[in-house]
Amino acid sequence: MEKKMEEKLKKDFEKIVHKKNPTSKFVKDCVMAFVVGGLICDIGQFFMNTFLSLGIPKEDVSYYNAAVMVFLGAFLTGLGVYDDIGKHAGAGSIVPITGFSNSIVSPAMEFKREGYVFGVGAKMFVIAGPVLVYGISSSVIVGIIYYFLK
Amino acid sequence: MAEKKLGLQTVKLKNPPSIISTSSIVGPKESEGPLREYFDIKLEDDLFGEKSWEKAESKMVREAVRNAIEKAKLKPQDIDYYFGGDLLNQIISSSFAARELQIPFFGLYGACSTMTESLSLGAMNIDGGYSDYVVAATSSHFCSAERQFRFPLEHGNQRPPTSQWTVTGSGAAVLAKKGNGPYITYVTTGRVMDFGIKDANNMGAAMAPAAADTILRHFKDTGFDAKDYDLIITGDLGKVGRDLTVDLVFKNGYDISSNFTDCGVEIFDLENQDVHAGGSGCGCSAVVFCGYLYNQLLNKNLKKVLLISTGALLSPTSTMQGESIPGIAHGVTIERMG
Repeated sequence: MEKKMEEKLKKDFEKIVHKKNPTSKFVKDCVMAFVVGGLICDIGQFFMNTFLSLGIPKEDVSYYNAAVMVFLGAFLTGLGVYDDIGKHAGAGSIVPITGFSNSIVSPAMEFKREGYVFGVGAKMFVIAGPVLVYGISSSVIVGIIYYFLK
Repeated sequence: MAEKKLGLQTVKLKNPPSIISTSSIVGPKESEGPLREYFDIKLEDDLFGEKSWEKAESKMVREAVRNAIEKAKLKPQDIDYYFGGDLLNQIISSSFAARELQIPFFGLYGACSTMTESLSLGAMNIDGGYSDYVVAATSSHFCSAERQFRFPLEHGNQRPPTSQWTVTGSGAAVLAKKGNGPYITYVTTGRVMDFGIKDANNMGAAMAPAAADTILRHFKDTGFDAKDYDLIITGDLGKVGRDLTVDLVFKNGYDISSNFTDCGVEIFDLENQDVHAGGSGCGCSAVVFCGYLYNQLLNKNLKKVLLISTGALLSPTSTMQGESIPGIAHGVTIERMG
């Protein structure tokens, strides 16, 4: 490429690429995320109702529920199904707690070959780590604000 | 000016080395692709009977090299040098294969451009009179590349439409001082080009400027243009990068649209194999060349091909530090004579 042309193309490249890039199927992706995300919530609600009908106190039900949903996410990851769901559902299966479970179990499976300490142990939270750090940090901050406003 | 140098970045080989044999191994997904009949060994299990993806990839390299040498009716000890590399950290697939093969080894890293990088250096080595036989080989593996560069396999993420699918495969070619061809006649070595793309899910766009630059440089240095070739084929630009390259070359005054394609576009069925923009990885141009193109050259369906493997010289660290993605592309002319 001639120097002058190269500089011109370099400057315009972002625009040229933007024009050629295929775009995600926005409507389809949103619908899939809504449907799958909604279904996961329905399943959660089903368990919640079941636990309530079994006479478990209302304030404890969410712990039971989280345990079941985390187990389901981990189980489907272990079966190799969750990544197939995620491929189609996107945020629909990443955002619910089952997705959180998937983000911990999948690296744990992947890095088992590097051993249980520096493989599974160290790599387990590569994806979920930031969620935990900022989730816990922000809940502490909100807690402090709540304490003073109360 | 150096005796065999042509223009700024090209070498014209005085005694063009002959590619006397090739071998290709591919994984299950590639075995279902449109080029399946051209590959020597098709794996049903992408672990290749090994305990890890890395071990499987190294075994693919070893077997591809062994098979190529055997097909040339030679023994590993007949080979003077082995030029090769791959995508894994410290190029372990290649060096661990070289540990078994015991051929004097030059380990290379040109990301996915390594196939033509090794062909270039091997050809120059023979032409320079330093060897009689050289083997050039590269590999990539979807699973080992994913875990190094992206997410764990079972993680439920969604890929953008510009992303590409790393080819599981290894290709090896034996070059000889004498033979019936096809021959490597010109070598155009690319420079590193960076037009500022930062999206690691759009490698085709990141590498397109390097591909276009090497094609243009090759034309200027040799005096050839698109009409002199039956086929000009890049390594792993995918659909997005291929279209961008045609566009960039056109803006510089050459029209390559009629006989230009990309190995990453050809190896998979883009509509039905869920690979988004196409194939990528060192193995992509390696198996397309060692499988399909070599066959077409032998059968005289193609007479003269410009093969340009393309590499994205990023690392997970550079991406996280916000660096843009430099690209490189090396071209070799492969032709039948007479």
